[in-house]
Amino acid sequence: MKQLFSLERKDVILLVCFTAAVFAGPILMKPLGAGYPDLLQKFAIFGIFALGFNILFGLTGYLSFGHAAFLGVGSYTAVWTFKLLSMNPVPAIIFATVIGGLFSAVIGFISLRRTGIYFSILTLAFAQMSYNLAYSVLTPITNGETGLQLNQADPRVLDIAFGRDYGAVLPSSDLFGIDMTGWPGFYFCATMLIICFFIALRIFRSPFGMMLRAIKSNQNRMMYTGFNTRPYALAAFVISGMYAGLAGGLMAVTDPLAGAERMQWTASGEVVLMTILGGAGTLLGPVIGAGAIKYFENIFSAYNDGILQEAFSFLPEGLQHVFVSVSSLFVGEGWHLTLGALFMLIVIFLPGGLMEGIRRIQVLISNRFGSGGGGADAKSNPAPAE
Amino acid sequence: MMSKTKLSRRGLLKGSAAAGVALATPTIFSSNVWAAGYTNEPKGSTVTLGFNVPQTGAYADEGADELRAYELAVEHINGEGDGGMLNTFSSKALQGNGVNGKKVTFVTGDTQTKSDAARASAKRMIEKDGAVMITGGSSSGVAIAVQGLCQDAGVIFMAGLTHSNDTTGKDKRANGFRHFFNTEMSGAALGPVLKNNFGTERTAYHLTADYTWGWSQEGSIKKYTEQLGWQTAAAVRTPLGAGDFSQYITPVLNSGADVLVLNHYGRDMVNSLTQAVQFGLRDKQVNGKDFAIVVPLYSRLMAQGAGENVKGIFGSTNWHWSLQDEGSKAFVKSFGQKYGFPPSQAAHTTYCQALIYADAAQRAGTFRPSGVGAALEGFDFDGLGNGPTTYRADDHQCFKDVLVVKGKENPASKFDVLEVVEVTPRAQVEYPASMLGGELGPYNDGA
Repeated sequence: MKQLFSLERKDVILLVCFTAAVFAGPILMKPLGAGYPDLLQKFAIFGIFALGFNILFGLTGYLSFGHAAFLGVGSYTAVWTFKLLSMNPVPAIIFATVIGGLFSAVIGFISLRRTGIYFSILTLAFAQMSYNLAYSVLTPITNGETGLQLNQADPRVLDIAFGRDYGAVLPSSDLFGIDMTGWPGFYFCATMLIICFFIALRIFRSPFGMMLRAIKSNQNRMMYTGFNTRPYALAAFVISGMYAGLAGGLMAVTDPLAGAERMQWTASGEVVLMTILGGAGTLLGPVIGAGAIKYFENIFSAYNDGILQEAFSFLPEGLQHVFVSVSSLFVGEGWHLTLGALFMLIVIFLPGGLMEGIRRIQVLISNRFGSGGGGADAKSNPAPAE
Repeated sequence: MMSKTKLSRRGLLKGSAAAGVALATPTIFSSNVWAAGYTNEPKGSTVTLGFNVPQTGAYADEGADELRAYELAVEHINGEGDGGMLNTFSSKALQGNGVNGKKVTFVTGDTQTKSDAARASAKRMIEKDGAVMITGGSSSGVAIAVQGLCQDAGVIFMAGLTHSNDTTGKDKRANGFRHFFNTEMSGAALGPVLKNNFGTERTAYHLTADYTWGWSQEGSIKKYTEQLGWQTAAAVRTPLGAGDFSQYITPVLNSGADVLVLNHYGRDMVNSLTQAVQFGLRDKQVNGKDFAIVVPLYSRLMAQGAGENVKGIFGSTNWHWSLQDEGSKAFVKSFGQKYGFPPSQAAHTTYCQALIYADAAQRAGTFRPSGVGAALEGFDFDGLGNGPTTYRADDHQCFKDVLVVKGKENPASKFDVLEVVEVTPRAQVEYPASMLGGELGPYNDGA
């Protein structure tokens, strides 16, 4: 048990800084225009999603294009838990995580028989199948395109057993009386994110994590030395599926609605983008990448010509018009364009994602001041022997 | 190493967590949501409205037109421009100086025609931008999802282009109001026209967009055509935004049906209708009768998109720019002056909703949802292009005349694609509120 929770000093510092940064999110994000609960909840939720995806992709190198399916399953499970058992988020996220894990065990068991591009295609096919099932065939369970919603007439067995009555209004999820929308919802998600970050940290530093990295660097050599790699890969797949299920469950906790579009392949692609943008295989990278993409989606898409005109109002009339019409291509409905350009720049110039950028700046600073911290870091990462 | 850090680690963790909470606490209390008497009570000299429309996806054309109309409405409410339908509106509460002495500003968002994205966008408007009312939405699925959100958050939702019965039926909410008509009214209005043109011995084949609106539309058309004595051969569900409908249209030819009902809207309808015509359905003779296509919900934007293919095809619509009453003429004139083309029905209904909301808030003297709601319930008005109209208190649904239209055979311009066949009087499309089920519940003013 002691072993399980013990960390090295630099990891403790990392965890503490991470915790402080997450809880101070409302203040840190305010100047960027992102200091409102819904977006911060999304940061935390998609941070969890990307953290889990990174355990699979960053460590084992298996690129799954179907993780949105587990997210969707988590959401549906959570909403059904709300409907049938209780509006308390705890059972909802437990069930969401468990069902997400079971579902990923089934899909992982089949998909992991292949590697590389074939694995990616298999996961993509399974996710798309799940999406289409949720969209049409399973309409009685998922309510199709309209999305699964709460009803006043839902049974909510546990709530009724404990004498909880929501009256004539539609209930929203609450943790023993604390409403899970708005800021309390954010702190709930943030706590989950920190727990998930801790678990990911433990996995990264553990022998199990080392085994997963070995799968990435040379699976054949592993097998020649007598290791059966598949159980390890499957374990990583299930863990990341559980992370995705939890993220889906939290989405339902903060907003009790589950729609099929959460399972679409674009949603699977989004988590791949988040991980690569932030830095695959790094601990913090996926969380930062998730934040960056959600920020673009929510803030950039909201800029309209009026806001741009104000922003460029210091320019002379003609020039202002030119600036507004050029920049309006990149905001509002054109936010995808900005994201695409940013993604290209990062993949070309910083293949290790935003985390590589941060590391390069660190090295630059430490070289300039001659403390040698960056150099020592580089030495502790031995180059792969060939 | 481990033992050295282990002791302090917990303390550090707890301490930093507590510090984080303490740091964040002031924002909880300073946030508007908690301090005001109702959600986003405007304190300054402006009031913010949220316009949440699809800018991407199958309904993007409608969304773009809705946004144009909203901007026009805000201009008119603030006393800029020529005033549009404010001059013809029967209620004269608005003075052209904003609402309740506050200038109207707005924020916009993209619903992407997806419930998740629409709710995220609406939440941003409520939590960050302080919007006191959310309006918009093409697609009933999105409108219902956002209406539920607004009810929870304690702001008014003025539904835009949403045609499903459920919006003010099964899924109605006290904070939600709809000016647009619904599939029940479409069915009631189309029934007699279909009978006069196609007789009583027909077999219909439905292609239906697979979500709440499609289901509702299919149900209403089935109900009214089967009353006429029509048969229904099959009703096939197609995914929203499918793009290619050829696989769904091929089986129609062998089904024995002689009428194809397209329960599609937006780009879906443009695609399915174009493909049905390309497959030669309209040149066919089945059961000794000419094959016919019906599009129950029509709009000028879609008719324009489908071009030649809409000629002679029947449908219903909420409003059309060629109407000759004073309100419609004033609206078409000011919209045309600003944008250079006539408005669509989507633009019309959203413009009306913005005006009706502003007027109700002015009459109520507050933006409090229950106050605005009380001013809207049972409100009778005229001069907004649909003749005398009532906001029914029982389900927050507007009742007015319904237009039955047909694709024009010889259009005079590229906008002149529909002709009004019949104006179905309001009395013929009214139904008891209890028919569609659902509960309004109490108003939510928020905390």
